[in-house]
Amino acid sequence: MAFVNWLKRHLVVIAGLCTLAYLILPNVVVTVFSFNNPKGRFNYEWQEFSTAAWKDPCGVSGLCESLSLSLQIALWAMLGATLLGTMIAFALVRYRFRARGAVNSLIFLPMAMPEVVMAASLLTLFLNMGAQLGFWTILIAHIMFCLSFVVVAVKARVMSMDPRLEQAAQDLYAGPFQTFVRVTLPIAAPGIAAGALLAFALSFDDFIITNFNAGSTVTFPMFVWGSAQRGTPVQINVIGTAMFVVAVLLVLVSMAIGNRRRRQKA
Amino acid sequence: MTTVTEAPPLAPAPERKPPRRRGRWTPYLLLLPGLLWLVVFFALPVIYQASTSVQTGSLEEGYEVTWHFATYWDALSAYWPQFIRSVLYAASATVLCLLLGYPLAYLIAFRAGRWRNLIMILVIAPFFTSFLIRTLAWKTILADGGPVVGALDALHVLDVTNLLGWTAGDRVLATPLAVVCGLTYNFLPFMILPLYTSLERIDPRLHEAANDLYARPSTTFRRVTFPLSMPGVVSGTLLTFIPATGDYINADLLGSTDTRMVGNVIQTQFLRILDYPTAAALSFLLMAAILFMVTFYIRKSGTEDLV
Repeated sequence: MAFVNWLKRHLVVIAGLCTLAYLILPNVVVTVFSFNNPKGRFNYEWQEFSTAAWKDPCGVSGLCESLSLSLQIALWAMLGATLLGTMIAFALVRYRFRARGAVNSLIFLPMAMPEVVMAASLLTLFLNMGAQLGFWTILIAHIMFCLSFVVVAVKARVMSMDPRLEQAAQDLYAGPFQTFVRVTLPIAAPGIAAGALLAFALSFDDFIITNFNAGSTVTFPMFVWGSAQRGTPVQINVIGTAMFVVAVLLVLVSMAIGNRRRRQKA
Repeated sequence: MTTVTEAPPLAPAPERKPPRRRGRWTPYLLLLPGLLWLVVFFALPVIYQASTSVQTGSLEEGYEVTWHFATYWDALSAYWPQFIRSVLYAASATVLCLLLGYPLAYLIAFRAGRWRNLIMILVIAPFFTSFLIRTLAWKTILADGGPVVGALDALHVLDVTNLLGWTAGDRVLATPLAVVCGLTYNFLPFMILPLYTSLERIDPRLHEAANDLYARPSTTFRRVTFPLSMPGVVSGTLLTFIPATGDYINADLLGSTDTRMVGNVIQTQFLRILDYPTAAALSFLLMAAILFMVTFYIRKSGTEDLV
């Protein structure tokens, strides 16, 4: 009976941890199989321990090229989407203008539409214009679908901002430009940073829209997709594991810095 | 649970309308580049696609708008099973995401204590590895004769799923179950995060009040917690259902030709068969179907002010 009571009280915790395990399991498999030495072309069955792939992560032709292309596109898409999105967010929160409803739905719709629809319709536009598919069409598409997410992230932050801070700056004889650079921007910075990070991540990991609009250009997700048909090299797992470790370390370091700052302030 | 939790800090600034400022043209200048981008590369393509769907012709001779609406009828009669399948798979994945995601969101919001940040990181961390690589990992996890399939077989779960047509023989890979499992996995964080956000906003004093009024934990959940988390449930289900309906990656990597979804059809028509009118018609139908279902759902759940 005691056990049943204990189970009842902790049911939520147990179920939650099971879900967490379901979420983490594939990452564990990816990591373990980065040390595999597979027979044949596919890396789906465990054979024996090997660190060969870790010593030669670029050993597969095209892999590291696709990775660097993906990083470049993600960087430019992040810059483009963050700039355009931040401008829209400020206009939405700070100003009154006509056709606000139409503007809001134009920003909301790309997030409410399945990627495959956006991808296919953008491809029809490019085909109609006779555009050469490649780096630029991918970049255009990525800025387009990241834009709305940046707007949402920045808008949330700017909306929660206390307008009295800017009024105070103006009372202290700061001009509009000075107020913006010294007061508004620093307060909005976390929102802008969050939007930028989201844009980077979305662009870097995008497959469906890239698949339609890349032509013969190969980004990292496109490389993985192609290898799923032709044979998966262990190096894919190595890169997946390395990205995971680096990102988790970055998060932990930034959290540690944040904690220390908070403690110093207190 | 008799301790009274400290009151949350007061709302910061009073609500206000955006003031009219100097520079009447400033908002338009701020909006112009971004909106232009969305109009040219998002709205215009949708119109182009609508026009493509009623064109006839061939790749060699070019296409012409002939208002050939029969394309829609042909596409629907040829691919209705894929349409139905997409909605069924996406709906099953959404329900599974809600059932799996709710306890975890609840755990993070109310029971995690000092582990909260760590669990949060673990929920977001999978995002850091390309989702295609992680989806391929399911091929290993669900491999024929592997431990997972073996366990399901020993527990006679496979007998039940075979009977329902979710699996076939002693395989899980290349069956609907594998596709739904992959969809659920891929979109689970999109369910957990909005759920967590709305659960975290609930004032803990409400739980205490329910408790003081002799509500059992299950009643508290049913009458207080769950209704207050509805905004999270609605946005979580939308964020899961919409992308899952259009997805073709899970069906391609984990499924077989019998589990093809409408996304797979659009992709092959567009990129391999190069039948643009049919592909455009299918994509347009998918968009219309989703907008219709989402509008209906938002009306029904009474949270129109959410979006």
